[in-house]
Amino acid sequence: MHDRQSLARAFRQLLPDECVIFREEELIPYECDGLSAYRQVPLIVLIPYTADQVQGILKYCNLHQVPVVARGSGTGLSGGALPHEQGVLLSLARLNQILEVDCDNMQARVQPGVRNLAVSEAVKAYGLYYAPDPSSQIACSIGGNVAENAGGVHCLKYGLTLHNVLQVTLLTIDGEQVTLGCGGYDAPGLDLLTLITGSEGMLGVVVEVLVKLLPIPERQQVVLAAFDDIETAGDAVAEIIAQGILPAGLEMMDNLSIRASEDFVHAGYPTDAQAILLCEVDGTDDEVSEEILQVREILLQAGATQVRTAVDEQERTRFWAGRKNAFPAVGRLSPDYYCMDGTIPRSQLGKVLKMIGEMSERYNLRCANVFHAGDGNLHPLILYDANNPGELEKAETFGGEILELCVAVGGTITGEHGVGMEKINQMCAQFPDEALQTFHDVKGVFDPHSLLNPGKAIPTLARCAEFGAMHVHAGKLRFPELERF
Amino acid sequence: MTMDRDCSEALQTTVLDAMNNTEALQLVGSGSKQFFGREAQGAILSLADHRGIISYEPTELVITARAGTPLNEIEAALLEKGQMLPFEPPHFAGRGTIGGAIAAGLSGPRRPWGGAPRDLLLGIKLLDGRGRILSFGGQVMKNVAGYDLSRLMAGALGTLGILLEVSIKVLPKPPLEHTLTFSSKEQDGWSLIHTLLRKAIPITATCSHGEQHKLRLACNEQRLKQIQGSYGMLTVDPQDGFWQALRDQELDLFQQQKPLWRLSVPPAAKLNLPGEHLNEWSGGLHWLISDHPASEIRTLVEKQAGHAILFRNGDRSSEVFHPLQPKVAELQQKLKQVFDPKGIFNPGRHYSHY
Repeated sequence: MHDRQSLARAFRQLLPDECVIFREEELIPYECDGLSAYRQVPLIVLIPYTADQVQGILKYCNLHQVPVVARGSGTGLSGGALPHEQGVLLSLARLNQILEVDCDNMQARVQPGVRNLAVSEAVKAYGLYYAPDPSSQIACSIGGNVAENAGGVHCLKYGLTLHNVLQVTLLTIDGEQVTLGCGGYDAPGLDLLTLITGSEGMLGVVVEVLVKLLPIPERQQVVLAAFDDIETAGDAVAEIIAQGILPAGLEMMDNLSIRASEDFVHAGYPTDAQAILLCEVDGTDDEVSEEILQVREILLQAGATQVRTAVDEQERTRFWAGRKNAFPAVGRLSPDYYCMDGTIPRSQLGKVLKMIGEMSERYNLRCANVFHAGDGNLHPLILYDANNPGELEKAETFGGEILELCVAVGGTITGEHGVGMEKINQMCAQFPDEALQTFHDVKGVFDPHSLLNPGKAIPTLARCAEFGAMHVHAGKLRFPELERF
Repeated sequence: MTMDRDCSEALQTTVLDAMNNTEALQLVGSGSKQFFGREAQGAILSLADHRGIISYEPTELVITARAGTPLNEIEAALLEKGQMLPFEPPHFAGRGTIGGAIAAGLSGPRRPWGGAPRDLLLGIKLLDGRGRILSFGGQVMKNVAGYDLSRLMAGALGTLGILLEVSIKVLPKPPLEHTLTFSSKEQDGWSLIHTLLRKAIPITATCSHGEQHKLRLACNEQRLKQIQGSYGMLTVDPQDGFWQALRDQELDLFQQQKPLWRLSVPPAAKLNLPGEHLNEWSGGLHWLISDHPASEIRTLVEKQAGHAILFRNGDRSSEVFHPLQPKVAELQQKLKQVFDPKGIFNPGRHYSHY
């Protein structure tokens, strides 16, 4: 057991006073991240200014066996930055400098607390931008993006965080600094950079990131297509790809999301449609003109009831505003919502949405679906009211069932939000014990005493045994009718 | 035609025996990259019979195949649907398997725009050094459940396990690509290429050799004419097969018996090293043929934030890959312990310490 007062005293030896937060009322703002259903007040919050200070903190924590949870902007949706009751919450918010913009190499060296959008804003004058654009990009930090391997609406063409980070400087729990990746296109040795990316703060603390920058496309244009059937919309997506087009963004929304967004931002969506697709292409003026014509033709052939090309930049922004505000828009329909993040092979979309519809009836909770259709990443938003006793638990069970369905059709429980605290039970459905044990062994390589973000991302085998016992009723697996992948 | 076959069980038995007897195994696909890495040791375990495309769904942009499947076979299947392996893997001597391509982690001229094996690998089935068959990743583009242990295998040279199956993201192949050529001083050549890149001109490969520069552009005829109109010095090179010859190191330059270095650096890096140079990837990859001392090459490249691999020839019993920071070497060694505690897979092929 660690004691708050003595830890505070110890850290005030290492850090300026204002970096050490330990009064109960000042700790409250850190009790949760973007997933507010889980809350835990940390023992202490540390907000250092420099990487050297981070190093000092880690050395102290390693020596005294104090758990450490790193936090960027706290926008994560899986409880990955949920504090540890016996630990330090290490905020990297003050490491917020863009250290270098290198236009010749199209790279920027940034500290982990720099906001995602701030990178693109800083390099816009040079005609460059940073491609990954999670919906929270106004607020979320690059360090957090690396920890979660954040995605966004342009992943299909431009990749995830993994594909846009060249190098990170990582501090291991013993305070050693390692550089992973390279200033060039590949790095020597095992590719530890891929291992760190998306590791949810379990293996080390990132204190510097070298990101890749891309030239801003000359033109972007978006087409909105309406469908009276969601499966037809899914088939249209497959057809666009089959025709050799790689859209910059390809998003789908179902009727409940369409209506919610339309009420909220007046994007001009057809509210009677069962599904809409937003398909964005980018490139030079001519290329875009040509591809837009192709896309329109494919969509009409595929059975779209309506296809509209944004007439100007304002309309394009409005079409996207509807999609980008889908979460808060759905949030207006209900006191609370619970956002899921499974990925499925696109061909399974119709089946999965139908089954989610059935679950929605069974649980008597509404569910809106927003879909990164290009890369198969599905965000069902379950509507509930936490003030009704038992409804949060019901929403969680519903969500868990959706994730297990994603696994059963050959997908994964999380495409871009991470496992964190939230999906830890569903990890048991996705991975057998041997794989989970391997994850624990890998964790042990970097963090032998399990001090970094303990209890997150990878469930213990004991937990899975318990979860399995709870889940397999009378020896029956969920979704027995589905072929297992 | 060779039959598709699943040899997982037989391979598992071999691995279990090797593990029990602590016998080294040298993993070999088609043997096209035997020249690469440090000197191989151990009994040869051929993976060539473990072959066949397991699934390919063009609209999902994913192909899954057994490791021993020849690259030629995979690329032919993709081409039929107008798709490609975006990392343009080398086929050295017309051979090469998909497992070998991933394990070696090597990419061809399209690398900066299409990605590397690590970027495109979505999932694996691995036979590890304890004889366990483990699956990591999957067949979907976005997957952050658990640590990304599949991508860790890309470029690991088989030191962590046998890749039984790999799932790889594929992309539409540009319908038309053109080769343009121009002559200029080395630095001016780089500047022009860089200018084109900054203007988002659809470059998919570059090559500079002395004062001769070549570019590959993915665009239609009309756009090609526009680009030529704006940059008068670019002439169309009708010669076919250059990029493939570059990818597979069939150009004359690569036929020398001197040490061939592969230098990975930030594209704008200036490398002043004695020897013959050729660079790709808009300057991000330099091939250097030189007898210059290894330590001096490495020091200079490291100063430019890059790293150097002794790619062919030279002394293959000392380190050929770039030395690692001690802590990184320690982490690697421990990871090796997780997957291959007895050290049976390709010992010493990557680094001398594991």
